[in-house]
Amino acid sequence: MSLLSLQSVTKTYGQGQAAFQALAGVDLAVEAGDFVAVMGPSGSGKSTVMNILGCLDTPSSGSYLFQDVHVENLDRNQRALLRRHYLGFVFQGFNLLARTSALENVELPLLYRGEPVAARHAAARAALEQVGLAGWETHNPAELSGGQQQRVAIARAIVTRPTVLLADEPTGNLDTRRSHEIMELLTRLNLELGITVLMVTHEPDMAAYARRVVHFVDGRVDSDQRNTPRETPA
Amino acid sequence: MIWNTLLIALREIRRNLLRAFLTILGIVIGVLAVVTMVTLGNGATQAVSAQVASLGSNLLMVMPGQRLGPGRDSAGAPSFKLADAEAIRAQIPGLAGVAPMASSQVTVVAGGQNWSTTIQGSSRDWFHAGAWKLASGRLFNEGEERAGAAVCVVGERVRKELFGKQDPVGSQIRVKQFVCDVVGLLQAKGQSGMGRDQDDVVVMPLRTVQRRLTGSQDVAGLMISVRDGVSTSKVQQQLEGLLRERRHIADLEQDNFNVMDTRQIAETLSGTTQVLTALLGAVAAVSLLVGGIGIMNIMLVSVTERTREIGIRLAIGALEQEVLLQFLIEAVVLSSLGGLIGILLATGLSMVLADLMQVPYAFDPGINLLAFGFSAAIGVIFGYFPARRAARLDPIEALRHE
Ligand SMILES: Nc1ncnc2c1ncn2[C@@H]1O[C@H](COP(=O)(O)OP(=O)(O)OP(=O)(O)O)[C@@H](O)[C@H]1O
Ligand SMILES: [Mg+2]
Repeated sequence: MSLLSLQSVTKTYGQGQAAFQALAGVDLAVEAGDFVAVMGPSGSGKSTVMNILGCLDTPSSGSYLFQDVHVENLDRNQRALLRRHYLGFVFQGFNLLARTSALENVELPLLYRGEPVAARHAAARAALEQVGLAGWETHNPAELSGGQQQRVAIARAIVTRPTVLLADEPTGNLDTRRSHEIMELLTRLNLELGITVLMVTHEPDMAAYARRVVHFVDGRVDSDQRNTPRETPA
Repeated sequence: MIWNTLLIALREIRRNLLRAFLTILGIVIGVLAVVTMVTLGNGATQAVSAQVASLGSNLLMVMPGQRLGPGRDSAGAPSFKLADAEAIRAQIPGLAGVAPMASSQVTVVAGGQNWSTTIQGSSRDWFHAGAWKLASGRLFNEGEERAGAAVCVVGERVRKELFGKQDPVGSQIRVKQFVCDVVGLLQAKGQSGMGRDQDDVVVMPLRTVQRRLTGSQDVAGLMISVRDGVSTSKVQQQLEGLLRERRHIADLEQDNFNVMDTRQIAETLSGTTQVLTALLGAVAAVSLLVGGIGIMNIMLVSVTERTREIGIRLAIGALEQEVLLQFLIEAVVLSSLGGLIGILLATGLSMVLADLMQVPYAFDPGINLLAFGFSAAIGVIFGYFPARRAARLDPIEALRHE
């Protein structure tokens, strides 16, 4: 049994004449502990599929199984609890809370999990350090560069040590060196903690870290290949 | 969950201080206006009723002219004579006293001090009718009344101005060309509701005032106290009959005098102040409404930003009810803070204004609660309901909100 599986999932935006099918029947199964890169041209439905996998959006038809649970049958609160306890999500547009320090942004998921103050702060600091932002704890998003905001968003997604990490272009705003650092971090989380990682990227260099590469074209899975991940420097 | 949500709500207030300040300001202004105006209005009503109560309860005032109030036509109406008072006393049963009155505004002198005051000429019944009590000394007696002796009883204010803290009984005061023995001192009654100091008075026998000050036999008015248990309206009818007869008024002619029950005056006056209070309250309610609209504006303007915030929280794993509780706490904290500040300021302001306007400060818990409740309701409604709509969206829709 797969950890995540999509079965003939479609997603249609709009209605009637203006209707647009962003996903045209996607079948995709992801095993626990895998590291998957999702690639494809702009507009091919990568973000749409990630949002559905992240329980942020609901498919128009088809089914989504998380372990053996039919997500489409869960109510809003059950899906919220699924996000809270199993999923970490890095948005393409960061979505940090404005006027809120990096530390508070990162500790937010722990707050909703009901972690005590001390544990919350320690974990949030550690996560910020892992993405190379030690010393930036008190800065607001407005005082951070795009790349730094992106790293705060990554820290917020990994701070809970989720079962599945869904990252929509996590290196989209980063320079090459930072991108490789982030990829090494994701690889470590994947190998050491067994976190399943799904990552959207346009860069073959980054996809090279994954063990599986799925290509989307026009809302369908076009190709799905096994990959030998590049060596991570020790 | 409550504590974490409380923490989140307080953080959210802290990081939007301007929004918090404007929300609180809207509520403060509304509550301040309503509470202050209604409190002052109530104070004025109380002052008027207190003044009327200090007149004594079963009193009839008889004045020449047709009716009380501005524009009354007293020009052609003859005043009364002492004989009218005597006839009333003799012919109408059930009276406790009849006090004919004549007064004059003069400057009195004692011990090198000047003071301009009212000299009230009347009989001993005047003290009884006005529910006056002696602080020391005595009232003038019947012999002095008949003789028009130069004796007087002074009010507390006159004592203060002329004699300071000393007991004036036994001293003399000079009134125009004559000198008058002070035989008694009245207990203080205090300010009346209309800002007139009731203790600023010197009382003398009617004859003394007529002879030495007004120089005529005229009696300006009669104050008649009715015994307890006797119907004042019946006495009023008898009085009107008797006076019409004495003043030779033909059957179809109108009265050229009027008889008023002090209770009626009280009701008229407090009726007026109640209307005034209601009016002030209405004006204040408008400002509460304006404050409410201000809050509504702030809340609606921030809806976009807040909808994104809600999307982020939901995406991270917040439950709908946690987000709603957070918004509810924020709204309640801000509105109650605003309400409390408003009530505190209103208390201070109404105390100061009541003092300036010389009306009592009348704390009214009802209006405080009402204003507080209304502003809290506005804060909660406009803080909570937009949030409720947003919290029902899918996270991704809330995040996409423009
Ligand atoms: N809310 C929406 N309403 C209408 N159409 C939408 C909406 N969201 C996405 N789409 C459409 O669905 C298609 C897929 O969008 P999606 O965001 O999944 O693309 P993507 O593969 O992530 O692209 P990119 O690489 O540019 O991020 C696009 O053509 C887009 O126009
Ligand atoms: Mg995308």
